Amino acid sequence: MEDRVLIFEKSKPGRIAYSLPACDVPQKELDQLVPAEYLRDGTPDLPEVSEVDAVRHFVGLSRLNYGVDTGFYPLGSCTMKYNPKVNEDAASLKGFTSVHPYQPEDTVQGCLEIIYRLGEMLSEITGMEKFSMQPAAGAHGELTGLMIIKAYHKSKGDLKRRKILVPDSSHGTNPASASLAGFEVQHVKSDADGNVDMDALKAAAGDDVAGLMLTNPNTLGLFEKNIGEIASAIHDAGGLLYYDGANMNAILGISRPGDMGFDIVHLNLHKTFGTPHGGGGPGSGPIGVTRELVPFLPLPVVEFKDGKYCLDYDRPLSIGRIKSFYGNFLVLVKAYTYILSMGPEGLKKAAETAVINANYVMEKLKEYYVLPYQRTCMHEFVISAQKQKEEHGVTALDVAKRLMDYGFHPPTVYFPLIAKEALMIEPTETESKETLDKFIDAMINIAKEAASNPEIVKKSPHNTPIGRLDEIKAAREPVLRWERDK
Amino acid sequence: MIIKEGLKYSKEHEWVRVEDGEAYVGITDYAQNALGDVVFVELPEIGAGLNAGDSLGVVESVKAASDVYTPVAGTVIKVNQELTENPGKINESPYEAWIAVIKLSDPSQLDELMDEKEYKEFCSKEG
Repeated sequence: MEDRVLIFEKSKPGRIAYSLPACDVPQKELDQLVPAEYLRDGTPDLPEVSEVDAVRHFVGLSRLNYGVDTGFYPLGSCTMKYNPKVNEDAASLKGFTSVHPYQPEDTVQGCLEIIYRLGEMLSEITGMEKFSMQPAAGAHGELTGLMIIKAYHKSKGDLKRRKILVPDSSHGTNPASASLAGFEVQHVKSDADGNVDMDALKAAAGDDVAGLMLTNPNTLGLFEKNIGEIASAIHDAGGLLYYDGANMNAILGISRPGDMGFDIVHLNLHKTFGTPHGGGGPGSGPIGVTRELVPFLPLPVVEFKDGKYCLDYDRPLSIGRIKSFYGNFLVLVKAYTYILSMGPEGLKKAAETAVINANYVMEKLKEYYVLPYQRTCMHEFVISAQKQKEEHGVTALDVAKRLMDYGFHPPTVYFPLIAKEALMIEPTETESKETLDKFIDAMINIAKEAASNPEIVKKSPHNTPIGRLDEIKAAREPVLRWERDK
Repeated sequence: MIIKEGLKYSKEHEWVRVEDGEAYVGITDYAQNALGDVVFVELPEIGAGLNAGDSLGVVESVKAASDVYTPVAGTVIKVNQELTENPGKINESPYEAWIAVIKLSDPSQLDELMDEKEYKEFCSKEG
């Protein structure tokens, strides 16, 4: 195992990674150049290492990374599909990388065209009228959508709608975004099939409801069968329907939120449309709306007028700016490239394969783990380590940790909250049957180990650079900063 | 699972212990077990007036953050500061780790809560 010390701990006084030529201009003391009040008392405690040690340190860290490019990553609700490298190619084109957001519109017609055309494609895919590419990620899209809901009701002089409904299976960002937007959150429970409980929904849908946020398929990976009825209940009560696009990968090219009755949609380009997540990102969470809501979209909106693309700021009902400039533009280029290279049939096939892959893994595992909702799943499913916990004291967290020993990224655990000891598995469409089989074998082995040798699972991981961390102590007594021994 | 005699229980897995018109509220052993190791507790403000069903604070575990709801209405007169320092007390002794004390505004609400026998049956149905 390589040494796991911070670069600060590798520091030796006086060791440097550069050599500068002799100064050929007159030297002045620092305090002659900068007023004393702005000078720090001492030199900062920065690591002093040679160039090779600095390089080895960071290359060593980079080799500890686990990503879609290194292995299978079935992190439920995150759609960790492979990100085709051609997307990076397109986003590296000089015409996209060498422009400045303050350039005159005439000189960036290509960039504006990409934003405009991507919006048209996403509108067609989701059944919406128009898209804004401004939101920087999914939760930002949620907030923007909720601000539009608020602006819509306000424009009608309807100020009594204080509530946003969310199912108890919803992503945690839904209630969080609703609170941030100034709404009260009311949870709606799920029924025994894992769908929104229709009686509970109808009871909650009053004239104080601004809207419902719904993920379909939901976070259990199940299609909301009553979506038509749900949409009617909310619309009849005067509310709007918000589609959380986290699970759009399951229905691409097959069904459309607009046809289901949704009024606002956000998409996660970094989930559904093959652009990178997190550090490889950034993310992007465009929102689309129905015709009635177009006037409320954030500023600016790209329009095509008189043969030219332009940025339209003259929109009196708009909720205004929600991000600097024009969204995460290069991510848009990647998503545009992805959609073009997949084509309509390719996108549909992606959804179908994602659903088949998930069902394949679910069918193979349901004999070994509890399957709380016995239904055909969509692109992901939830199984439970409830049996392993009751019989052998092995929890969902232990199973997840042990998976790392088998070389896999663990699935999402303990979510959604309505399933006990939940393991939420989303294989995505880009995995081969061989990879899925290896993962299935690992999960089955772990179920067997839980019975035959529970300690090996409870103390896992064993093969990773660092073993089991004390997550409880870390959360209760966090040490957020390393300090040199005095 | 421990269910203590003499307490009142809610369907949201809170317990209530009444002393002289003042209600101590905490979460049950069932609830702490479902949550897992508690790492953070957000207490209500003293003086806050609450209706039954209002949030009394937040209990955060390594798995999730959950609202705690007061099953009874009234004014918060005391909060358990010890939980800020030692949130794990909720796991160790859930029936001692009260979250807040509420001066009851409507003691008749207590009748709507379950006794230990009813709560035991309720939990067995929850699975």
